[in-house]
Amino acid sequence: MLHKLTAHELHKKLMNKEVSAVELCKNVFERIGVVEEKVKAYLSLTEEPALSMANEVDEKIKAGNDISHLSGIPTAIKDNMCTKGVKTTCASKILENFIPSYSSTAVKRLFNEDIVMLGKTNMDEFAMGSSTENSAFWITSNPWNLKTVPGGSSGGSAAAVAADEAVFALGSDTGGSIRQPASLCGVVGMKPTYGLVPRYGLIAFASSLDQIGPITKDVTDCALILNAICGKDLMDSTSLDTEIPDYTRALTADIKGLKIGVPKEFMGEGIDAKVKKLVNDALKIFEKMGAVIEEVSLPHVDAALSAYYLIAPAEASSNLARFDGVRYGHRTKQKVENMVDMYSKTRAEGFGDEVKRRIMLGTYALSAGYYEAYYNQAQKVRTLIVDDFNRVFEKYDVLVSPTSPTVAFKVGEKFENPLKMYMSDICTIPANLAGIPGISIPCGLADGLPVGLQIMGKTLDEMTVLRTAYAFEQEFGFKEKPAL
Amino acid sequence: MAISKKEVEHVALLARLSLSEDEKEKFAKQLSQILEHAGKIAEFDTKDIKPTSHVLPIKNVFRKDEEKPSLSKEDVLLNAPAKEEGMFRIPKII
Amino acid sequence: MDYEVVIGLEIHVELNTESKMFCGCSARVFGEEPNTFTCPVCLGFPGSLPVPNEKAVEYTAKIGLALNCNVAGYTKFDRKNYFYPDMPKDYQISQYDLPICYGGYVNVEMEGLAPEGSDPRGYVRRVGITRVHLEEDTGKLTHIGESGRIGGADYSLVDFNRAGVPLVEVVTEPDIRTPDEAKAFAQKLKNIIEHLGVSDCDMEEGSLRCDANVSLRPKGAKELGTKSEVKNMNSFRAIQRALAYEIERHGEVLEGGERIVQETRHWDAAKNVTMSLRSKEEAHDYRYFPEPDLVPMELSKDWIADLRKTLPELPDARKKRFMEIYKLSAYDAELLTSSKAMGDYFEECIKSYSDAKKINNLMMGELSMHLNAANLKIEESAVTPKHLVQLLKLIDDGQISGKMAKDVFKEMFETGKLPKIIVEEKGLVQISNEEEIEKIVDMVLEENQKAVEEYKSGKGRAFGFLVGQVMRLTKDSANPRLVNKILRKKLP
Repeated sequence: MLHKLTAHELHKKLMNKEVSAVELCKNVFERIGVVEEKVKAYLSLTEEPALSMANEVDEKIKAGNDISHLSGIPTAIKDNMCTKGVKTTCASKILENFIPSYSSTAVKRLFNEDIVMLGKTNMDEFAMGSSTENSAFWITSNPWNLKTVPGGSSGGSAAAVAADEAVFALGSDTGGSIRQPASLCGVVGMKPTYGLVPRYGLIAFASSLDQIGPITKDVTDCALILNAICGKDLMDSTSLDTEIPDYTRALTADIKGLKIGVPKEFMGEGIDAKVKKLVNDALKIFEKMGAVIEEVSLPHVDAALSAYYLIAPAEASSNLARFDGVRYGHRTKQKVENMVDMYSKTRAEGFGDEVKRRIMLGTYALSAGYYEAYYNQAQKVRTLIVDDFNRVFEKYDVLVSPTSPTVAFKVGEKFENPLKMYMSDICTIPANLAGIPGISIPCGLADGLPVGLQIMGKTLDEMTVLRTAYAFEQEFGFKEKPAL
Repeated sequence: MAISKKEVEHVALLARLSLSEDEKEKFAKQLSQILEHAGKIAEFDTKDIKPTSHVLPIKNVFRKDEEKPSLSKEDVLLNAPAKEEGMFRIPKII
Repeated sequence: MDYEVVIGLEIHVELNTESKMFCGCSARVFGEEPNTFTCPVCLGFPGSLPVPNEKAVEYTAKIGLALNCNVAGYTKFDRKNYFYPDMPKDYQISQYDLPICYGGYVNVEMEGLAPEGSDPRGYVRRVGITRVHLEEDTGKLTHIGESGRIGGADYSLVDFNRAGVPLVEVVTEPDIRTPDEAKAFAQKLKNIIEHLGVSDCDMEEGSLRCDANVSLRPKGAKELGTKSEVKNMNSFRAIQRALAYEIERHGEVLEGGERIVQETRHWDAAKNVTMSLRSKEEAHDYRYFPEPDLVPMELSKDWIADLRKTLPELPDARKKRFMEIYKLSAYDAELLTSSKAMGDYFEECIKSYSDAKKINNLMMGELSMHLNAANLKIEESAVTPKHLVQLLKLIDDGQISGKMAKDVFKEMFETGKLPKIIVEEKGLVQISNEEEIEKIVDMVLEENQKAVEEYKSGKGRAFGFLVGQVMRLTKDSANPRLVNKILRKKLP
C-alpha cells in the first residue's frame, strides 16, 4: 500500500524508520509489475539504479544524516528530459537509441534531493499531442478506463501517478501538456510561470512556451517539488533570476476575500455540460469558503488556439531541424544521393505524422510571403492575449476554469482529425501564451472519469495559485482512485 | 487558405522531409484546414500592436567570457550514426 | 557601353574571446584535434541552450564604434534557418533586423586616379558600413575523395571545433568601385580591428573572411545591375584578382547582349577564375525569426559612452600623430601605420632612437625586403626593434659603413644575433682613423695616375673610381665619408 501514499506522507515514514527507501522502491516496482501491462505509462524502467539510489538514501538515514523532503521518493520523468546515461527518446524513432551524456537541470535538482528515478514515461512524440497516441512506441491507457486516453502530451507521467506507479512525476507543458493529462487522470498538475523552472536539458518543442512542472497526488507534494526545481539556472538565458519562496507556506486553506474571476470564454459552448457542472459546483465551494466569484471576459482568448498553432509549430520547425542524422539519432539505411536526400529520408523515417504536420505548418508560417500574415500576426495576437490577462489580474487574484473541455476521450476518437484534437487544449493554451502559472486539480467524476479544475494566477504568483488549490483540495477532499 | 500540393512540396524541401504522393495530398488537405482555422487571427486589428516573442520582462542575460571544460571525445561521438578519425562521417554533400 | 563597377563586401571576423559565443568551450581552436573543443551546446545536442558571451557583444560594439557606426540601444538575436552539415542546430544564431551596430563608414585612401575623378594624385573613397552584427561560426568539413573538394567527393567528415566561435559580420554599402579599393578597404578594416585587439584577423587561418557582391551598371544609371556573389577569396591579393576577373566576366556577358545570372561563384586561385557551383539551386528561404532561447539586449547610452572611452588609438589617428610628432611624410606615415604590428615596431624603435626618418628608411628598406623574401610578418622577424636601433647606432657612430650594415642586417635576420655581436665576431670594424685612410689614399693616387689625370681634365666619373679603389683595398671597411673628404682635399 506504500505506493498509494504521497511524498510528504512517505517522508514521515522514512524519517521515523517505519519503512526504508529500498522497501518503498521495491513496493512501487511491484505495483508497476502488476498494472504497467495495462497502463503502459513507461517507455523505460531503471530498476537497478533506482534500488541503488534508494540504498544510498537508507545509508544516509542510518547514519543519522538529514534527508530532504523528497529523499527516497520514487519518481517518474517524462522522456523529453535528458537523463545522463539513460535513454531519452522523446517517444520518437529519431531518438530511439539516444543516450545523453548530461542531465536536464530540473532532473539534476531532483537528484540533488536524492529522489529515486524509476524510469522515463511515455508521451506524444516531441510533446506534440493531447492524448499520448502520438508516441512512436505505444499508447498509454487512462487508468480510470483503459479504453480512453490519458491525455497528453505528458500522458505517461499523469497515468503513472494516477495508477500509483510513481509517487510523483515531472512533465512538461507547452499548451497544456501537464494540466490536461492531470485533469484526465484525476491528479494534480502544475505549469509554473514561464522561466521559473530551467529548460536546460528539456528537449525543446516550442522554446517560448515550454515549461517543466510537477504531476502529483496532492497540492502539498506539488509545492514540495516546486521548492526543489524552481530558480535561476546559468545554463538557461530565459530562466528567471528571482527569489524562490517556500511554496509550502502557501498551504493555509484560507481564501477568505480571495477574488476569483471566471472567464466566460472558458465556460462557453465548446465545454461539455457535465464538466461545466462540476466546475460550477467547485465555484460554490470557493464561495462558501469566503471567496468572491465574478464572471470576467478575456475578449481575445478565442484567438489563442489559432495563435498557438502558428507560434508553437514555427518554433518547433526550427527546434527540430537538428534531428538530421549527422551527430546523433536515427539515420536512414536507404541509399542516398547526397545530404539533402539523407536529411529528407532520415527525417521522413524518424518523425511521426503529427510531428511532420507541425514542422510543415511551422515552416510554412515562417516562409517568405507568409511570415507577416501568420507568424508575426500570431505574435501580435499573443500581445493582445497577454494584455487581456493583465487587465483582469488588476482586479482578480486568480482565474478559474475547466482544465479540459471534456473528460478522457476514447482511444482513436480524435486521432484522425488533428483540428478536433487541438481543441482539447483550448482552456490551457492561453496560460502558455501569457506565461502565467496554472494548476489542474481534480474536482469530481463525470461518468466515472475525472474532471479537472484549472486555477490560473498572475506571473510569479504561484503562492496564490497553490493556496487556492490547497483550500479547494482540503474542502472538497477528492479521494477516489481508479480501479485497476 | 488552401495549400496546393506544389506548396507542400516546397515546404517539405525546406523542412527536409521526403513525402510520398499520398502524404503530400493528405498534408495539403490537413494543413489547409488548420490554416483556415488559424486564419482567424487576421480578423484582429493589430495595427499598433507589438509582437510578443517573449513574455519575460528580462533582458541582457550574459555569460562571462570564461573557458569551461568541453566534453570528452567519447561523449562527443557517443551517439554518432557514423564516425571516422574523431569526426562525424556523412554522405557526400552534392 | 561604359559601365560603372559596383562592389559591396561582407567581411566575417572571428573574435578572439577566450570562450565561444554561446558556451564555455575554448574559442582558440585553430589546428586543434577535431571535436575536442565541443559540448552539448555547440554540438546542438537535444535540450542544450545558448547563453551569450558578454565580451563578444562588447567587442562587436567596439568594432562598430571604430567604424563610425551607431550602436543600437535595443538589439536581439534571430535564427537563420537552413540545413547544412557544418551547422549543428541546422539554424545559425545570427541577427536579422536589429544588428548591434549600423550606419557607419570607413575612409580608404587610394593612390592614383579615381574611376570618376580627374585628380591623378590620389583620392579618398568613403565606404559606407551598412551594419555590424554578431553570430556564431560553423564547423569545418573535410571532403574525402580524389580531388579533396566538395564536388566529386565520396563522403565528408565534420569537425565542430569551430562551431560556435563568435563571428562578426561587417556589411558595406555598394560604394566600392574598383578591385584595388576592395582590397584597400579589406586591409584597412583588418588594420582597424587589429588595433582594437578583438580578432587575430588572419586570412590564412580563416579568422578574417571576405565575400563580395559585384555588379555592373551603365554609367550614370541609378539602378543596380544583377549581382553575383564571389566567395572563397583567401587573401587580399585574391580579393583583387577575383574581383578583376568577375568584373571582366560581367563586362563580356553584358557586351554580348546576355544577362548576368544571380548566383554564388567561388574563386579558384589556382586556375585564376571564378566558378559557379552549379548544384541544384534551391531558392533560399532562411525563415528568420527572433531566437526564443535568448532575451533581448538593451545597450544603454552610458554603457556605449564608457565603451567608446576604451577605444584605443586607431590607424587614422596614429598616422596623423606620426606625421605631427615625428615629422614623417604622409606617405611614410601611411605605410608605418598600415598594420598594427608595423606601427608598434616603429614606436618601439623610436623609444630609444630619435631619428624617425632613419628608422623608417631601414624598416621600409632592408627589413621589408627581407620579410617579403622570407614571406614573414613583421612580428615574426628575428630582427627586433632592439636589433634595428643598435644597428642604426653603429652606423651613426661610424663603427660600420652603410654597405657593411647591409651584410650585418642579413646576418641578423637569419640568425637573430645582435649587430654588435656580429660586428665583433667578423671583426668588421670601420677604419675611421684619418691618418690611416690618408696613407691608403696616397697609395691609390700614386698607383692610378691615369685616373687622376682624367679627373683633373674634368671627368667626374674618375672620382668614383678612386673611391672604389680605396674601398677595395680596405675591404669596404674605410669610412666612406672620410674617404670622400680626404680625396677631395688631395685632388685640387
